[in-house]
Order: sequence, then structure tokens, then C-alpha cells
Amino acid sequence: MRHVYLVTFFVAALLVSILGLRGVTFTRPPLDVFPEWAFPGMKYQPKFRPQAASEFFADGRSDRMPPEHTVMRGMLAEDDHFYRGKDNAGAFVRSFPSDLTVNLALLERGRDQYAIYCQVCHGVSGDGNGITLRYGMGSLTTNGNYHTDRIRAMTDGELYNVIVNGSASKVMMPYADKLVPADRWAVVAYIRALQRAQQGTAADVTDAAARQTLGIQ
Amino acid sequence: MSNIFPKSANKLPLQIIIYLGVLVGIATAGVTYYMTPKYTRVGYAPIQPVPFSHAKHVQEVGLDCRYCHSNVDKSGHSNVPTAQTCMNCHSVVKSTSPLLAPVRESYEKGTPVPWVWIHTTPDYAYFNHSIHVNRGISCVECHGKVNEMDTVRHVQPLSMAFCIECHRNPESRLRDPKDVFNLDSKTLAEQGRHQEAQEYLHNWKVKAPESCSGCHR
Ligand code: HEC
Ligand code: HEC
Ligand code: HEC
Ligand code: HEC
Ligand code: HEC
Ligand code: HEC
Repeated sequence: MRHVYLVTFFVAALLVSILGLRGVTFTRPPLDVFPEWAFPGMKYQPKFRPQAASEFFADGRSDRMPPEHTVMRGMLAEDDHFYRGKDNAGAFVRSFPSDLTVNLALLERGRDQYAIYCQVCHGVSGDGNGITLRYGMGSLTTNGNYHTDRIRAMTDGELYNVIVNGSASKVMMPYADKLVPADRWAVVAYIRALQRAQQGTAADVTDAAARQTLGIQ
Repeated sequence: MSNIFPKSANKLPLQIIIYLGVLVGIATAGVTYYMTPKYTRVGYAPIQPVPFSHAKHVQEVGLDCRYCHSNVDKSGHSNVPTAQTCMNCHSVVKSTSPLLAPVRESYEKGTPVPWVWIHTTPDYAYFNHSIHVNRGISCVECHGKVNEMDTVRHVQPLSMAFCIECHRNPESRLRDPKDVFNLDSKTLAEQGRHQEAQEYLHNWKVKAPESCSGCHR
């Protein structure tokens, strides 16, 4: 009997040494302890998940592009001002769409979105001094500094268009897939706020206590 | 006849029963230790086609999770970024790095980068990112400290028990909404802001489903 226990012990020790302990890093796909062939279930259903692979379609993806000349529900985007930043004549607009109110909430939304998508290159204050400048973006001759006369003179519609289609030279690529239209306008509003902030003068500070702390007479 | 079975054979049935008991014990221990996601999944860190480092991009460059996973707060599926997202920077930064060849190829040809999918749920379970992220549940609760990883590693089991454990008692895991994407932040409870966590729970009507149909729909 002692031998039986010894053999059992060694078999168990061998299994543990092969299987290892919990939490060890490994690169092979995880073990499926209830494999589909032995326990047919609903683990793999004949449905497509986003960004998944598909053997059915020729390009191997489950995500489909809408067929040409079709419009998805809710994606009509017929308001040129709101969706493209252009007026009826096709010129860039100089104002915000009428269904957006430019208020503090919109600016704060714009600041959050700017911090996620733009700040790494354009910097906190919009001077083009983002962190990527130090990692190689500095090799470009342009950095999209918002505080130049050219960009200050750009219309709201043009700024919106840069977000949708990228800069004219295409060095900066489009961000249309990341920002929904309302958020793009919020970012445009925030860019305007950044530009205005750089042109502030002592006369802009109206709050008496703030004037005191800033030492403005 | 007395020579065939020695006297010790009298104890044999008992010994066999004890041995079987020990064997069943070992088998039970083995199954509970090895046949759960805590062993099969935790530690999975596949080799990706591009050695993309979250630590470098999130901590060094300072990108927000949403710069790349831009749908995580907008839809149920948290997207893995398109090649253009990488090319925003890598058309200039390290634009000739051999490590980035698959990304450049994907950008030019429109074929997907074959990223290996790490975290999955079976098709019979429903999961939704935006509902969690927008209610103050941070990525770190389910994915671990991705911001410190050079290769993404499966840290939590993502088993049903894991989901339910939080759904029964979410208030201790809630974060301030602005801390959700900062994986080093502390939960409200850890900051001692229990009162606020209770208020969030009440004001946002946070109701994590515990009934089967909540997740198996
Ligand atoms: C990967 C770095 C990067 C990011 C991120 C980035 N930009 Fe740019 N941006 C640039 C560069 C570089 C230029 C200069 C390009 C040029 O001169 O063609 C630029 C130029 C611009 C310009 C001026 C365009 C022109 O025609 O001169 C605007 C406006 C602008 N960016 C807005 C944004 C906004 C809004 C975001 C966030 C949604 C953003 N950028 C994110 C790199 C970036
Ligand atoms: C620069 C773009 C980028 C940023 C920023 C980024 N990620 Fe990722 N993430 C990726 C890519 C590309 C992958 C797929 C390759 C991989 O798994 O390494 C990925 C994969 C992941 C995965 C694993 C997905 C799977 O296959 O199951 C998780 C989880 C994740 N990221 C979380 C985060 C979190 C949390 C943050 C913010 C701290 C973040 N990511 C920021 C690009 C990014
Ligand atoms: C905001 C800009 C930015 C974005 C977007 C970005 N990266 Fe990077 N990436 C960098 C910087 C900066 C470095 C560091 C370069 C260095 O260390 O000098 C880097 C380095 C790398 C490296 C190491 C390259 C080498 O040769 O050492 C890889 C691989 C990489 N990134 C992959 C990706 C992938 C894949 C994506 C898309 C999911 C991506 N990056 C998106 C800025 C970015
Ligand atoms: C409540 C838990 C939970 C939280 C919080 C969470 N995730 Fe996930 N994540 C999951 C699960 C579960 C999956 C597998 C989903 C599936 O099978 O589709 C997953 C999958 C992913 C994937 C792979 C693609 C996909 O959707 O399958 C990425 C990328 C990802 N998560 C990123 C993030 C980021 C970034 C955050 C934070 C902003 C985050 N996750 C927060 C549980 C979570
Ligand atoms: C760290 C805590 C936490 C973890 C872990 C977690 N959840 Fe949740 N979950 C929540 C909270 C909080 C809510 C409630 C959101 C609300 O409705 O306010 C929720 C809501 C949900 C909902 C309801 C969504 C809807 O549309 O009503 C589903 C489904 C869900 N979770 C699935 C899962 C699954 C599957 C997992 C495991 C992979 C998981 N959750 C893990 C906290 C968590
Ligand atoms: C919070 C979401 C959630 C709720 C609520 C929930 N489940 Fe699950 N369930 C899951 C997830 C996620 C899995 C997949 C686990 C895995 O892959 O390891 C799962 C798996 C299962 C499985 C397969 C066995 C297994 O563990 O892999 C069964 C059976 C099951 N659930 C039954 C139920 C029943 C019965 C209820 C109601 C009492 C229920 N579930 C409620 C999320 C949930």
C-alpha cells in the first residue's frame, strides 16, 4: 500500500509541475475546460460580434461597410452646418450651429475631449507644444500652433473641417471617427477659448478679488 | 486454502476505500484549483503582431485610454484602435521602425492588424462597457493596471462569480467619474468618501443586475 501512495504522490506532483500554479504568465490560448465538442452549448453562437473575424465574408471581417448609396438609420446628416461646417452655398460657416448653445457646459465638454484627443500634440494651451514634440513630432516644420494669425483667422467651419478631414496638408489626420459631431463643435468652442485666453489683457479681469491677487491696479 | 490470501488481506477492502477517498480528495482539489478561470485565464498574455506597450503610450506619452479605445464610453464594445489611430503619430514618430511594419501595411492596404483577442466572454453572456465606465467603474477593476503593462495580461478571471461579486456590492468599487480613466486613482471608498459613494449609488440609480436575465439575455 505504501507504494501505491508513493506513486499517487508522484503522479500528483508531476501534474502540478506540468500545470504550474495560478497566475503564471503564459502566451498560448487559455485552456477550455468544457470544450465545445464534449459539451456542446451556446458558447459559440452563429452571430457576429464587433471587430470579430468572419469566414463568410471575403475580407475576413464581421464588420460591414454600408453599401454605396445607402444611409444608416439616424445617419442622414443632412444639416450641412452641423455635420460639415458649411452653409448652403458650400462655404465654411462663421458661426456655431443654431441647435447648440455655447455655454460653460459645452466648453467643459470641449476641454475634456481636447485633453483626450488633441493635447498630446497641441499642448495644454494650444501652442503646439505637446509631449509628442519631444518624441519626433518636432521634426515637422509645422505644429499647428493655434496662436498664429492664420489659424486665428480660420472660420469656425474651417476648424470643424480640420477635425473631420484633417489639416490641409494631411500631416494631421482626421479625427471624425473619434469625435461625434456635437463633440467636434465643443472642441472648436474650446479652441476659440484657448485663443481668446492668449489675447487677454488686464482689462479683462473684472473680479475685484482676482485683480487684487494678480496685482492689477 | 489458507495459503492463498494472507492475513493482511482482511484489511484490504478498508485500505482500498481509504485510498479511493484520498484519490477523490486529490481530484476535487485539482478540479477546484485548475478547472476555473482563475487558473485557465489569469496570466494569459499572447504575443501580439506589434509589440505595443501600454506603459509607454499611457504613462510616458500620456495618452488617455479613450484616444485609442474611443468607443469605450459610447458603446458596449470597447474597440481596438484602427491603424490610422497609430499612424496619427507613427506617420512621423518612428515612421520607419520595423516593429511597426504590420501597422503601416494595414494602413496602406486596409487589411486589419491581426491583434490577438485577450479578454472574452462566451456568446451566452452579455457585457457592456459604456454602462460600467459611465457609472464610475474603472478599467482597472476588470483589466488590472494596464497602464503599467508592456504586454497586456489577463489579470482578473472574468468568471460569473467575479461579475456577481461586484454586482452584489458595487458601492465599494465606485470611482469619481473623472478618475475612471486614471488607473492609479483610488475608489471613493478607499478615499474615505463613503457618504458620496452612497449618494452616487442613489442619485444615479445604480442597479447592477443580479438576476440571470440581466446578463444572460
Ligand atoms: C498626432 C498629433 C496631433 C493631434 C493628436 C492633433 N493634431 Fe492638430 N495638428 C497637428 C499638426 C502636426 C498640425 C500642423 C499640420 C499642418 O500644418 O498641416 C496640426 C494642425 C491643426 C490645425 C490647423 C490646421 C491648418 O490647416 O493649419 C487645427 C485647427 C488642429 N490641428 C486642430 C486639432 C484638433 C481639434 C485636434 C483634436 C481633435 C487635433 N488637432 C489633434 C498634429 C496633431
Ligand atoms: C495608443 C493607443 C492605446 C491607448 C492609449 C490605450 N490602448 Fe489599450 N490597446 C491598444 C491596442 C493596439 C491593443 C491591442 C493590442 C494589445 O492587446 O496589446 C489594446 C488592447 C487593450 C486591452 C486588451 C484587449 C483584449 O484583446 O482583450 C485592454 C484591456 C486595454 N487595451 C485597455 C486599455 C486601457 C485601460 C487604457 C488606458 C489606460 C488603454 N488600453 C490605452 C491601444 C491603446
Ligand atoms: C500620440 C502619439 C502616438 C500614438 C497615437 C501611437 N504611438 Fe506608438 N509611440 C509614440 C511614441 C512617442 C513612442 C516612443 C518613441 C520613442 O521611444 O522614442 C512610440 C513607440 C511605439 C513603438 C516602439 C517603436 C520602436 O521602434 O521602438 C511601437 C511598436 C508603437 N509605438 C506602436 C504603436 C501602435 C500599434 C499604435 C496604435 C495603436 C501607436 N503606437 C500609437 C507615440 C504614439
Ligand atoms: C466591469 C468590467 C470591465 C470594465 C470596467 C472594463 N472592461 Fe474592458 N472588457 C471586459 C470584458 C468582460 C471584456 C470581454 C468582452 C467581450 O467578450 O466582448 C472586455 C474587453 C475589452 C477589450 C477588448 C475588445 C472587446 O470589447 O471585447 C478592450 C479593448 C477593453 N475591454 C478595454 C477597456 C477599457 C479601455 C476600459 C476602461 C475605460 C475597460 N475595458 C473597462 C470587462 C471590463
Ligand atoms: C467592479 C464592479 C463590476 C464588475 C466587476 C462587473 N460589473 Fe456589471 N455593473 C456594475 C454596475 C455598478 C452596474 C450598474 C450600472 C447601472 O445601471 O447603473 C453594472 C451593470 C451591468 C449590466 C447591466 C447593463 C444594462 O444595460 O442594464 C450588465 C449586463 C453587466 N453589468 C454585466 C457584467 C458582466 C458580464 C460582468 C463580468 C464580466 C460585470 N458586469 C462585472 C458593476 C460591475
Ligand atoms: C453579472 C452578470 C451575470 C449574472 C447576473 C448571471 N450570470 Fe451566469 N454567467 C455570467 C458570465 C460572464 C458567464 C461566463 C463565465 C465564464 O466564461 O467563465 C456566466 C456563465 C454562466 C453559466 C455557465 C457555467 C459557467 O460558469 O461557465 C451558467 C450555467 C450560468 N451563467 C447561469 C446563471 C444563472 C442561473 C444565473 C441567475 C442566478 C446567472 N447565470 C446570472 C454572467 C452572469
